[in-house]
Amino acid sequence: MPRMTGLTIPEVAARYRSGAATPTQVVEAYLRRIEALDPKLRAYVTVTRESALARAEAANRRLKAGTPAGPLDGIPLAIKDVICTKGVRTTCSSKILETFVPPYDASVITRLTAAGVVMLGKTNMDEFAMGSSTENSAFFPTRNPWDLTRVPGGSSGGSAAAVAADLAAGGLGSDTGGSIRQPAAFCGTVGLKPTYGRVSRYGLVAFASSLDQIGPFARDVRGAAMLLQAIAGHDPLDSTSTDVPVPDYEAALGQSVEGRRVGIPNEYFIEGMDPEVEQAVWVAIEVLKGLGARIEKVSLPHTDYALAAYYLIAPAEASSNLARYDGVKYGYRAPGNKDLIQMYGRTRAEGFGAEVKRRIMLGTYALSAGYYEAYYGKAQRVRTLVRRDFQQAFERVDLLACPTAPTVAFKLAEKEDPLQMYLCDIFTIPVNLAGLPGLSLPCGFTQGGLPIGLQLIGKPFDESTLLSAAYAYERATPWHRRVPELA
Amino acid sequence: MTATEYEVIIGLEVHAQLLTRSKMFCGCPTAFGGAPNSQTCPVCQGMPGVLPVINRRAIEFGIRTALALDCTINAGCRFARKHYYYPDMPKNFQISQYEEPLAVEGWLSVEVNGTARRVGIQRLHLEEDVGKLIHEGTLETARASLVDFNRSGVPLMEIVSKPDVRSAEEAAAYLRALRAILIYLGVCDGNMEEGSFRCDANISLRPKGSTEYGVKVEIKNMNSFKNVQRALEFEAQRQAKALAAGERIVQETRLWEADKDYTLSMRSKEYAHDYRYFPEPDLVPLRVEQRWVDRLRTTLPELPGERRQRFVARYGLPAYDADLLTQSRALADYYEAVVREYAKPKVVSNWVMSELLRELPGDDEAAIARCPVPPLNLARLLALIDNGTISGKIAKDVFEKMYRSGEDAEAIVKREGLRQLADVDVLGSVVDQVLGANAGAVADWRKGKKQSLGFLVGQVMKATQGKANPALVNQLLLERLSKGS
Amino acid sequence: MAEPKITLAEVEHVARLARLDLSQAEKERMRSQLDAILTYIDKLRQLDTDNVEPTSHAIPMVNVMREDEVRPCLPTEAMLANAPERASDFFRVPRIIEE
Repeated sequence: MPRMTGLTIPEVAARYRSGAATPTQVVEAYLRRIEALDPKLRAYVTVTRESALARAEAANRRLKAGTPAGPLDGIPLAIKDVICTKGVRTTCSSKILETFVPPYDASVITRLTAAGVVMLGKTNMDEFAMGSSTENSAFFPTRNPWDLTRVPGGSSGGSAAAVAADLAAGGLGSDTGGSIRQPAAFCGTVGLKPTYGRVSRYGLVAFASSLDQIGPFARDVRGAAMLLQAIAGHDPLDSTSTDVPVPDYEAALGQSVEGRRVGIPNEYFIEGMDPEVEQAVWVAIEVLKGLGARIEKVSLPHTDYALAAYYLIAPAEASSNLARYDGVKYGYRAPGNKDLIQMYGRTRAEGFGAEVKRRIMLGTYALSAGYYEAYYGKAQRVRTLVRRDFQQAFERVDLLACPTAPTVAFKLAEKEDPLQMYLCDIFTIPVNLAGLPGLSLPCGFTQGGLPIGLQLIGKPFDESTLLSAAYAYERATPWHRRVPELA
Repeated sequence: MTATEYEVIIGLEVHAQLLTRSKMFCGCPTAFGGAPNSQTCPVCQGMPGVLPVINRRAIEFGIRTALALDCTINAGCRFARKHYYYPDMPKNFQISQYEEPLAVEGWLSVEVNGTARRVGIQRLHLEEDVGKLIHEGTLETARASLVDFNRSGVPLMEIVSKPDVRSAEEAAAYLRALRAILIYLGVCDGNMEEGSFRCDANISLRPKGSTEYGVKVEIKNMNSFKNVQRALEFEAQRQAKALAAGERIVQETRLWEADKDYTLSMRSKEYAHDYRYFPEPDLVPLRVEQRWVDRLRTTLPELPGERRQRFVARYGLPAYDADLLTQSRALADYYEAVVREYAKPKVVSNWVMSELLRELPGDDEAAIARCPVPPLNLARLLALIDNGTISGKIAKDVFEKMYRSGEDAEAIVKREGLRQLADVDVLGSVVDQVLGANAGAVADWRKGKKQSLGFLVGQVMKATQGKANPALVNQLLLERLSKGS
Repeated sequence: MAEPKITLAEVEHVARLARLDLSQAEKERMRSQLDAILTYIDKLRQLDTDNVEPTSHAIPMVNVMREDEVRPCLPTEAMLANAPERASDFFRVPRIIEE
């Protein structure tokens, strides 16, 4: 029997086209893998077995009839449980939404369904996407497929782990401060956060509205390009989605790196970072140079302030976005309340986990009377400075290359101090504040066998350049072909 | 020592529901009175993951109103989130406008007792309405409440006046004038009972001559012009009494209890109101370009103020008539339609103000649209008086019948035999009979008591069941009375 | 010792605004954690931002609107399906008392 799993998205699609495999065969193989391996990994919150098989069946028919819905017809994906799926429980890995079944699909789901994609299930995450390890799930932590004693990163740890462990051909995550790129780095997959406004947020349960973006995970760059192609574009239901034309990302992969100016930001190589990470990233930069890229040092002087600004802006928006979870319309309601005030206070205290409560408190405080200008207002001004840093850098270079995270995957329960956990995202957060596209791809492994991520940062709406540089690098290196041994 | 005289300072906050087809931020209909929770979608129910999208027409209604109120329209405006927890508010924040409203600094001319004053408009902004709560019992005694989100997300325009209003009467006049403008613009139906035109007031007192403002009290729950006036009159007196007794006024919100004729404190603690406004991150700012404003300016109709002036100048109406007739665009249109067919403007004005408005349930568009007496029929009724077919008194009865049945005047006059008695012979013999039966009155007249003629006319009218032509009766009586002397 | 960035009373006030019933232990822990975070955030004060405009959207856009067209609502049943408590076609909530 031919191989049904362990393939990249373009490889699966090629097998469908040649008739070497059918969507039903592939989806069944994935469901078996999930059944066998997910108990160890715990990447999925919900596996949508029945609907996956039904959709695979429909894809079979289309492919057989020679009328595929598109290049992704029949491709099995893992969807982060923060993206609303009609009729399928969408929990955000929170007790407060444990029972919530949306009556509508997120716009990305509508697009993927039209493209024939088969959803295998909904993946685990840090509650409401707040965290960097997936330990903040109200249900269970997800494990890193390269070392089950370590975290997969977060908040999209479930999707990253599922794709890395080949429990799906690809997946979707969301990235507010690094939640796609950091777990992609920790799990050794490709993860892309598109430009703010490139992909519709309609149906993405909001964490921080001005920072959130949905993006793909895949085991290779082409797969990520194909997924981005399917989800990118203007959506009239999202006022912040732009109608900038969507280029052909797969075609862009052919662009050469020759002559591209790659900026290396000084501030992204800091004291205290893992030397193996630093080493691998420098080697990766050499590889890009060898491919003809022109390497230039650049400075992003306000990098050091980005994290502080982010921890005001994101919690402030979150405190507002999460106000709706009150036990009235959907989700959890604490039992036995004598009155409304008690119901609100208990429902929210029991329904939210510690990190979510911490950020609600921080955000409420930052917006409250007398503090707005000093905190939220100040942070929005600093955000302007961070954005300007990038604008100035991009006057000289086409893209930036740097580490995705200062360390590799850490052990479960290793980081108990919230501030230490926040520091995991220092290299990814500025990109969200500036609304830029960022991509993480594997650029090596530590001696201990843990993947290391290289982050590429592009100009607004220039995902093509990121993808082409990543693709050139990927073809020149072996890292994406390494797979974790799970069985 | 004389008691301190106080000046009343009132500011008014109006919430007008806009006549858009769909809601402020989603495509659900705005129609009133649907079955509970039948006019909602994930957006207006605040489900996880949803996003708002601004309704262009709501913005344009706001700009048109701002133009009519001579406001400065901000070149840049944006929406903000206003936070507080209440079960009728699905997201527990309301999308409203805060630091950058659509428009500021306008004015409205308000007339009380023939004197016009300008009341300043502080700001005009747009926001979304909340849902509706039904209490199982009263708010105080209910064990539970029920929520219906149909109204949630309906566009509201908030218009805040400056504290320029100086009496309860002026407050009512301001609201009437504002309501008329909104109705003329077609942006709000002005229905106070259904809550599409709501008003809250801030009222404070200060010693006459003082320039500082006193502590203000917010009054809510006034759902008619009459209630606004009564509530503010009550509150002004309450505060005056309190101040005279040396008490301090507490800054609070009070509810007008219409059936009890007083305001009642809501006793809410002030610390609860920390709305934590911040710019709505799910919406992008609006840039109101001059071209857009200019185009909207061309769509403005003749407004009540201009129309009132035109009615005085063109039809020679008294200010009172012109004011009343222009309160609603539909009523003014009706009036002008009658005048086009029957060119005695003051006569028409009298008929519309007394007879028509007595019958109509209101003066709004819906009431006029349902009026069973079209303008042409009223004009033809008036023509029947002029040509002597019926008397003015009979005409009033005919009008009532027209209103009940929807028939035209001629048909009613003909069927009921109401045609005026104008035959000199027939009427002459009635006159002779009346003169014979009222020798006393005849003698009075001859002694110079000329008003007894009126009595005699009345007797003739009575004898003919009002059908006699009054001018002819007068003439015949005078002929006979002067002949006999 | 430096002045705390946030007091227990402020934590209680903010928890009330956010409708979170925190236990006494949670409040204490929250206070010290928020204190640490706010101390870190204090580094923003080093920056002079007086002449810097705030950024609320990284990708500036204006005038995104939709036409005033009615679109189908969702069926009442679909909108009530997630309700923790309902009475016929209403959402039901416990007794409302003003705070």
